[in-house]
Amino acid sequence: MSTTEVILDTVLEPGTGWSRVCRRATSLTITDLEGGANVPALLYAAGDPLERYCMPDTLKAQHISRLTSGVALYSDMGRVLASIVADDCGWHDTITGHSTAEIVAARWGRLGYQEARNGWRRSAREALLTELWKHGLGARDLVANINFFTKVAIASDGSLGFVSDHSQPGDAVTLRFELDTLVVLTTTPHPLDPAPVWCARPVRLLVTDSEPAGADDSVRSACPENERGFAAAEMTLR
Amino acid sequence: MTDARLTVDIPAGDGWIGELSAGERLRIVDLRGNQAVDTLFFDAHDYANRYSAVDTLREQGSAYLTTGSRLLALDCVPLVTIVEDTCGRHDTVGGACSQESNVVRYGVHTRDMHACRNTFMAQAASWGRGLDKRDLGANVNFFMNVPMSPEGGLEFVDGISAPGKYLDLRADRDTLVLISNCPQLNNPCNGYDPTPIRLQVWAAA
Repeated sequence: MSTTEVILDTVLEPGTGWSRVCRRATSLTITDLEGGANVPALLYAAGDPLERYCMPDTLKAQHISRLTSGVALYSDMGRVLASIVADDCGWHDTITGHSTAEIVAARWGRLGYQEARNGWRRSAREALLTELWKHGLGARDLVANINFFTKVAIASDGSLGFVSDHSQPGDAVTLRFELDTLVVLTTTPHPLDPAPVWCARPVRLLVTDSEPAGADDSVRSACPENERGFAAAEMTLR
Repeated sequence: MTDARLTVDIPAGDGWIGELSAGERLRIVDLRGNQAVDTLFFDAHDYANRYSAVDTLREQGSAYLTTGSRLLALDCVPLVTIVEDTCGRHDTVGGACSQESNVVRYGVHTRDMHACRNTFMAQAASWGRGLDKRDLGANVNFFMNVPMSPEGGLEFVDGISAPGKYLDLRADRDTLVLISNCPQLNNPCNGYDPTPIRLQVWAAA
């Protein structure tokens, strides 16, 4: 193995947004520095953002209702955009969405820039849209997002329950990109988090180079569906 | 109830697009049973403000849809509410089938089979007004049974619907409805035999 080269190593402040095109054969590791982070995230095929992360196709291809290590993240065009190759916390939600300004105001109270400067309470929706606008995208591109580090448990009767203290300080999740992918994410609390005070948390973002998925890659070979999803992705490289 | 202003049967593999005015009621009838009806909703005055499955599930605190479920737009305000439901449970996580997802799930031999997202795009193109693939978010699958487990699993299983089961939706504001009557032949969502549905619309009471 070659030495891993660090491309970017930065801390994203609580309550803000970030976006970057992450190239194939690089990885992004997100670390929950303090525990209890929530990182709403969306993925788009770089160059053709009409192709984007697809929650339903990701879940039904792999017969799952949550994301963790070994899971492929599918686009709506049947291609694997990225794989989760490492994960400390075992469950990342993708079925309960993200906060809006109205939700933040109702849950924690509105706090604007005039009052709080950069400690203002931005919603996930505002932060995601701000990043999307930078890339010429907007509200029509908002689809069901991933919530890294959040577990919303699904009871056998279908009732949903937010799990507090799910992610511990230092918990990390690593995405390996199979195709050039626009990543849009934010460090904003989950609407179901019962914390009485605003609970945005910082995360560390580490982008490194990485080996592409080999023929015997564990995510690729996890199921026949993933074999086909990887093959479809790799077909676009030729 | 008064006469419906619209009654139309939609064959499997076909679709429908049309507007409901606030207060109108749409009935979807599963005529022969076990038929998935893939459905999208849009604010009739702002198509970017479309049905959001994840906001709907979070705000109702439950993973499935049934009577009382308020189907929210991205602004977290209801587009329609399920006011009557003789089936009991509907999915909104399983999405709509596409040629591409069929290849992933079932193999390349299914690539050329008809799929819901083709119907969505064809209906959107016929409607015009800028509506296109970019507006296709996660949909509702009426009459479809996709249980999720506490361990994090998910399965497509035999429907719990039956011939004549129906649900009524009340439009909470002016809403554009886009339907694909699912042609999927590769899983039990249609009992491996896609069949017609009936749509009826009544004016506001």
